Amino acid sequence: MDFKTATFYFLSTILVLAGLRVITARNPVHAVLFLVLAFFTASGLWLLLQAEFLAITLVMVYVGAVMVLFLFVVMMLDINIERLRQGFWSYLPLGAAIGLLMAAEMGVVLGGRYFWPETMPDPVAPPVGYSNTKELGRLLFTDYVYPFELASVVLLVAIIAAVMLTLRRRIDKKHQNPSEQIAVKRNDRLRIIAMPTEKE
Amino acid sequence: MEAQALQVLQFLSGFFGPLWPLVYTLLKIVGIVLPLLLCVAYLTLAERKVIGAIQVRLGPNVVGPWGLLQPIADGLKLVCKEIIVPSQASKGIYFVGPALAFATALAAWAVVPFSEGWVLANIDAGVLYILAITSVGIYSIIIAGWASNSKYPFFAAMRSAAQMVSYEIAMGFALVCVLMVSASLNLSEIVHAQGKGMFADMGIGILSWNWLSLLPMFMVFLISGIAETNRAPFDVVEGESEIVAGHMVEYSGMAFALFFLGEYSAMILVSIMTSIFFLGGWLSPVGFLPHSFVWLAAKTAFVLFLFLWFRATFPRYRYDQIMRLGWKVFVPLCMFWVLVVGIWMMSPLNIWK
Repeated sequence: MDFKTATFYFLSTILVLAGLRVITARNPVHAVLFLVLAFFTASGLWLLLQAEFLAITLVMVYVGAVMVLFLFVVMMLDINIERLRQGFWSYLPLGAAIGLLMAAEMGVVLGGRYFWPETMPDPVAPPVGYSNTKELGRLLFTDYVYPFELASVVLLVAIIAAVMLTLRRRIDKKHQNPSEQIAVKRNDRLRIIAMPTEKE
Repeated sequence: MEAQALQVLQFLSGFFGPLWPLVYTLLKIVGIVLPLLLCVAYLTLAERKVIGAIQVRLGPNVVGPWGLLQPIADGLKLVCKEIIVPSQASKGIYFVGPALAFATALAAWAVVPFSEGWVLANIDAGVLYILAITSVGIYSIIIAGWASNSKYPFFAAMRSAAQMVSYEIAMGFALVCVLMVSASLNLSEIVHAQGKGMFADMGIGILSWNWLSLLPMFMVFLISGIAETNRAPFDVVEGESEIVAGHMVEYSGMAFALFFLGEYSAMILVSIMTSIFFLGGWLSPVGFLPHSFVWLAAKTAFVLFLFLWFRATFPRYRYDQIMRLGWKVFVPLCMFWVLVVGIWMMSPLNIWK
């Protein structure tokens, strides 16, 4: 077993254990932290596949931004574990069916590689000086430019929708207008009056 | 001299055999971390001396000549102090916080190029690596705030996470401009790209660095860097007058010291990043002097001095003002400037060919 394989098994073990702990941890904050660990380990696996750009982006976007906000929401929630566990058995058949369906779908996609490896093309070794950051950028902005732009529009719509859903205009709200504050002149605030000196 | 050094290296590689690459890398890591920790120690002294001078005081002057042994004394005191764990704290996570703070602050240094070829890991996506590692650092603060099971650390953690996530966006956009003009994510390449151009050919390289051509982004990056490291005037995270001392209130002794070390090495990291992205890294400002590590050190020291200077000069921002500056001023400004640089690069006036 070479170093790369050993690293793969090491990371996979952590990933699977962390994934299991996400759904078994009693404390929701611990569960989120295990999810962070799972993301981090997954990015390690991507690094092994020589997808360094995607691996680092995964850490930056999911671990660095999305999970931070997620952790916050979970920390603030007052979660009653006992009530959440109620009805476990009645939901089990539906949950198990969906889980099995997902596993089957993944099996169909990935199965070819394990059961009929001879039909899969061998991965071509990248030439020297190959940078997959550059290659990814080139593909995104040439061949896939329309889907890419479409995805950004969908995200924009989601952003605006999220803002609009939470925006409440209250009439009695007090707020400051910084540009008005900066534009204030001395004469608006200060009045100099002439006062004769008083004598004893 | 060089031949002797080579002989020593050859002897060592023979001695360790197949383990040599590992040992050599570990030696290089020690070579980065030890000077860094020394810098952190003396940055605290410099901070007190500079702020003292600005406020017409002497600063520390008792321990050792001119107070030079003060950081050693402070460090010794922290090591000797008892580590107190609050009885209601979440024990495991409580200690993960400071460890994570220190680890992420050090891990980012792996890709920093100190001079031509002086870099531990010269990776292509260096800029992304730095951004990713520093964003993981946020967890140390949140975890510490939550695990302490106390109100003030939790408030500080909330403030800090919101502030760091916000300013990361402005910082990232400022970097997008740098990446556009240098056409690379590799930190050494970014420095090389600044050594080219009209002014560099005329022998005044200082004018061809990114700070001049991307001046608004330089300002945004510098200010966001201060906000990102939670330094004054953006230090609401540990605003003494409001929430005692931030997320590390419940920590004592070495656990506190790890936060402290992480914070100061993050400061040095932001300064060295500013030097690399905008101030030409190890490049010499004038043509007749050689490029060397000394220039990078001098530029970093200058940016660090700015940090201290700002702390002594500006009063603390109010929280809503911080958020306004980040989201309503910096983010739109950066987006606009990305557009400006894009049009500039496509026009015949392009200076970054």
